[in-house]
Amino acid sequence: MIKISHISKVYKMDSVETVALSNISFEIKKGEFVAIMGPSGSGKSTLMHILGALDLPTQGEYILDGENVSRLSDDDLAGIRNRKIGFVFQAYNLLPRITALKNVMLPMVYGGVPKKEREGQAQKYLEMVGLGNRLHHMSNQLSGGQQQRVAIARALVMNPAIVLADEPTGNIASIQAEEIMGIFQKLNKEGHTIVMITHEHDIAQHAKRIIHIRDGKIVTDGKNGKQKKIKN
Amino acid sequence: MDFSELIIESIGTLTVNKLRTGLAALGIVIGIASVIALISLGQAASESVTSQIQSLGANLLTVMPGSPRSGAVRGAIGGVTTLTNEDAQAIAESPQITTIKNVSPEFSRRIQVTTGGNNTNTQVIGVVPVYSQVHKITLTTGSFITQRDIDSLSRVAVVGPQVASTLFGEGVDPVGQTMRIGSQTFTIIGLTTSKGGSGFQNQDDIVYVPLPVAQKVIFGVNYLASIGLEAKSADLMVDAQNEVGYLLLSRHNLSDPGSADFMIFSQQDILNTVSSATGTFTALLSGIAAISLLVGGIGIMNIMLVTVTERTREIGLRKALGATKRILVAQFLIEASMLTIVGGFIGMILGIFISYILSSFISLPFIISIQSILLAIVVSSAIGILFGWYPARKASNLQPIEALRYE
Repeated sequence: MIKISHISKVYKMDSVETVALSNISFEIKKGEFVAIMGPSGSGKSTLMHILGALDLPTQGEYILDGENVSRLSDDDLAGIRNRKIGFVFQAYNLLPRITALKNVMLPMVYGGVPKKEREGQAQKYLEMVGLGNRLHHMSNQLSGGQQQRVAIARALVMNPAIVLADEPTGNIASIQAEEIMGIFQKLNKEGHTIVMITHEHDIAQHAKRIIHIRDGKIVTDGKNGKQKKIKN
Repeated sequence: MDFSELIIESIGTLTVNKLRTGLAALGIVIGIASVIALISLGQAASESVTSQIQSLGANLLTVMPGSPRSGAVRGAIGGVTTLTNEDAQAIAESPQITTIKNVSPEFSRRIQVTTGGNNTNTQVIGVVPVYSQVHKITLTTGSFITQRDIDSLSRVAVVGPQVASTLFGEGVDPVGQTMRIGSQTFTIIGLTTSKGGSGFQNQDDIVYVPLPVAQKVIFGVNYLASIGLEAKSADLMVDAQNEVGYLLLSRHNLSDPGSADFMIFSQQDILNTVSSATGTFTALLSGIAAISLLVGGIGIMNIMLVTVTERTREIGLRKALGATKRILVAQFLIEASMLTIVGGFIGMILGIFISYILSSFISLPFIISIQSILLAIVVSSAIGILFGWYPARKASNLQPIEALRYE
């Protein structure tokens, strides 16, 4: 499903070079639920952005669902993000002042889904995340947990190959965080591949596999509870 | 995503954030309205000044008796009696004269004018009916001297507003009243419209009477003080001057133009003034248009740059959800176009309204030219669309995560 080999990312600010990722390789198979952990500044967000095709690696190869993402044009990347990746942001990133339904329909607008099908699809996924009674609420009238559930419905609506979540519970109270994690576990049981970033251990416990990153390198990787040290 | 969907999406975005849309549209409205109003006022001022200058009579030639070069002693202009009614008649009737439209023989002199209680020393001028055309005299009330007044030596007079207010008081209609000029009693039949001016050129401090009455009854003379000539057009002034000059030379049995006993003044000075005033105003107008376009344009540029740059995060999000660069740029172009079309239309209405109010407030003519409206709308729309498009294109060229992180 996902195969990254020898990925590096270097940021250049003026003449100072900052290495965010150095020579990272791993594979994620279909149906996995992976948590990527690490302290802030470890490069886990950068890795997530590269996985989500929101940013390009400086070096290395990224193959998603059989396509070499690191060699695609800007427009093709837009298509990949639209069809194959569902991204859940820490800050939800909903469009304000429009309804939950319209927010969930937005990827379908760009994906060329026929107009008639959009509303039904959006409604289905909103019901799935437990917001069937909030379809016509403006996104900014919803609580943080509700907004994140709208964002999850939006990430799922194109039926992507992989769902990426960047600290999905980072801005949310812990009771609602449990609900969100419940949704991810349910999705995983239904066969969705999920990669999630977190720095909270109890959130990471919901995943089946945990990858630890520090200073742009993978430190440990393995099944939840039985992690192997990785030598770089 | 086809075009109609893009339009629906753009309308959606514009109506969702009403404050932002309103502010951007307001910027465009103010920009376009100010350009239209400024150009309109400039044109009105220009029109007003040129028409004031032209009302002095740009096509006017004046024939005066006497020569500045006769003998050792130069006589005062007008102190000679060589110009006659017959000269004027000849200019009007001669087949050699092709460039003159109207001939106005005149005799004028200052004299005391009295009513029962008031009196004033003013210019009394004997005229024929065509005088009002040649010198562009218009009447506030009553009528001008007619041919019948000439033929029957009627004791009638038309007065200027200054004479009227001196003799009868401010705001009193003098028509029908009587006054005395010399020993004769005259009935006032008309009041002229104020033309301004001062001193000897003051066209408001004047009394018009029939020419033969002035010559025979009031002053007892048989010559003319001047002949006013109206050329058919301003371009023919030099030709007209030559034709009239040769005709009068031959009538006065003179062969050498240097010994002429008359002089012809053209209003070339006035013409020069008119054309230089028009030139100045054209330059002024261009300056006003350029400055107001610049100011309006910068206003529009700022509001578009700010509102679109503020949406960099939104552009990043839309890209993350699968929007292509082309669709994003198209959406922002459509939004900017809609804003400028709506803002431009409102701005045009507002601009016309402002110039209407201002022109009536400061009593200038109300002039709206299609060119100024087109200029304002085309330039402002171009700026609005350019600076809506440019930041959108810049943001959509970023990697989505860079746009999303934009502060």
